[in-house]
Amino acid sequence: MKKLIALLMAMAMAFSLVACGGSSQASTDTEETTTTEASTTEEETTDDTEEETTTDETEEADTTEETEDTTIAVNTDISGSVSTNGSTSMEKVMSILIEAFEEQYSNVTVTYDATGSGSGITAATEGSADIGLASRDLKEDETGLTAYVVALDGIAVIVNPSNGVEDLSLEQIAGLFNGTITNWSEVGGEDMEVAVIGREAGSGTRDGFESVVGVEDACTYDQELTSTGAVITAVAQNQYAIGYASLSEAAEDASVKMVTVDGVAASEETVKDGTYSIQRDFNMVVNDSTTLSDAAQAFLDFCLSEDVADYISQAGAIQP
Amino acid sequence: MKLRDAIEKFMNGLFFVCGMVSIAMVALITIYMIVSGLPAIIKIGPINFLFGTEWASTASDPKYGILPFILASIYGTCGACLIGAPVGLMTAIFLSKIAGKKTAGVVRTAVELLSGIPSVVYGLVGAIILVPLIMNAFSLKNGTCLLAAIIVLSIMILPSIISVSETSLSAVPKEYEEGSLALGATEMETYFKVSLPAARSGVAAGIVLGIGRAVGEAMAVMMVAGNVANMPGLFTSVTFLTTAIAKEMSYSSGLQRQALYSIGLILFLFIMIINTIMGRLLKKGDDDKK
Repeated sequence: MKKLIALLMAMAMAFSLVACGGSSQASTDTEETTTTEASTTEEETTDDTEEETTTDETEEADTTEETEDTTIAVNTDISGSVSTNGSTSMEKVMSILIEAFEEQYSNVTVTYDATGSGSGITAATEGSADIGLASRDLKEDETGLTAYVVALDGIAVIVNPSNGVEDLSLEQIAGLFNGTITNWSEVGGEDMEVAVIGREAGSGTRDGFESVVGVEDACTYDQELTSTGAVITAVAQNQYAIGYASLSEAAEDASVKMVTVDGVAASEETVKDGTYSIQRDFNMVVNDSTTLSDAAQAFLDFCLSEDVADYISQAGAIQP
Repeated sequence: MKLRDAIEKFMNGLFFVCGMVSIAMVALITIYMIVSGLPAIIKIGPINFLFGTEWASTASDPKYGILPFILASIYGTCGACLIGAPVGLMTAIFLSKIAGKKTAGVVRTAVELLSGIPSVVYGLVGAIILVPLIMNAFSLKNGTCLLAAIIVLSIMILPSIISVSETSLSAVPKEYEEGSLALGATEMETYFKVSLPAARSGVAAGIVLGIGRAVGEAMAVMMVAGNVANMPGLFTSVTFLTTAIAKEMSYSSGLQRQALYSIGLILFLFIMIINTIMGRLLKKGDDDKK
């Protein structure tokens, strides 16, 4: 009962406070003036931004025309919708590719369901999606499908710059991450403990790294962080640390050291020629027995064309 | 005259609607949390969910035991209180009894500033300064641990403890303290044996308010605690109830996502319990005064 009264009192006090503000004529006037001024400023700002955007667009259009002399920037001949379904790891690549594609083919809409590589392949087999997305290669029993490699995803293994270890074999990396190797001296480093830093469950980088190295669900992490940047920062701060990060981001950051894997340094070239082992393919899977709709074919061709190299590298992956 | 009445009526109505909005929001959130949180608990089994010691939501054989999160949240909060409550209480006594007007003003401003700092800033400072400090001080391989979270949280809850305790300490009738001093007690004896007991319910409410903040904090904890679903230990990387939701929500799907809602429901219950306790304490304080 007392609580109720207290609550009512609090409400009453809040009311009276607001009421005081409202009844005073002067304050209302000032408020109005301020609002008008504010809105004017807003309008001006909006105008400016609009102008800028228009200039940007024109510039962009110019560049497109320069690079693709023969093709028209916007294609309205093909219309329809394309459904894609599959790998969550491919989210970044897909969202950038879809955005670019829909800009170019204004009458086509592309949908993307992030469900997982397995579901993506099933969807392509059963025909519930036009294009299945898989961040792994097809298994032997997954027949009747053709996989097109859209992008390569390289994952760098990173250590603190003060760490003397330069090269690790795939087995050593697996051992370091699953807790069978707990001291850097076991892999030729100083006598110090190993701190394992990785990404949170559900992250595409974690899934990719763990599946390639063969330590799925077996890693003994000391830290699970929610972004590649956070992993790089944590490894840069901790001399005992080992972690992984997508190649594009790790390569740009001098605060951490990328180790060579089985003697091969991680780089765009070594991922492309397949010598760097911690990498995987981003595949678009289509069913052999059905013919793709014009829209779906256009999207597939678009994703496989040379022109999208920039978009793919924007997404942190490498065009094959 | 008539216009005035109309305005009065209109304003009354407006205030009523505003008051109803918050009630509606609380009801909506409660219903939503129960509806979206219960299915996963039923599917996983309440015992497995609440007392399972293993959380592996994306494994091929997924496990959804949130005991590590519950314990980490409880340990973290208790630890933060163990450090924060005495410091906060001393500060409150200092502010309301000992400090001169000028000093108290400066300290009070500092405390208010402390409460205004965004949690992400606490987290950032914790991650950059505190974590390496702990790593070096205890020669650990990894500094992100429960201890780091406890220290950050204990600073974050200081303002709530200080402001509520100070208010209730200042409300202690002067006669009590004067009587005590007249009987020959020293100032310190008076503050600890007369003022503090007289203000105990307000102090307790301040501490419970702090507990509420510590239980609900996600961002700062996420940046210093390491976020691994280990059973908690002072120097192990831990996940709180809040950070368990925050770190996995963005990529989750299916039962994993539902289980995260269930964690939210458990967290919601925790906060409800804490609020009820605080309500009781404040009510007791009112009764004491009569």
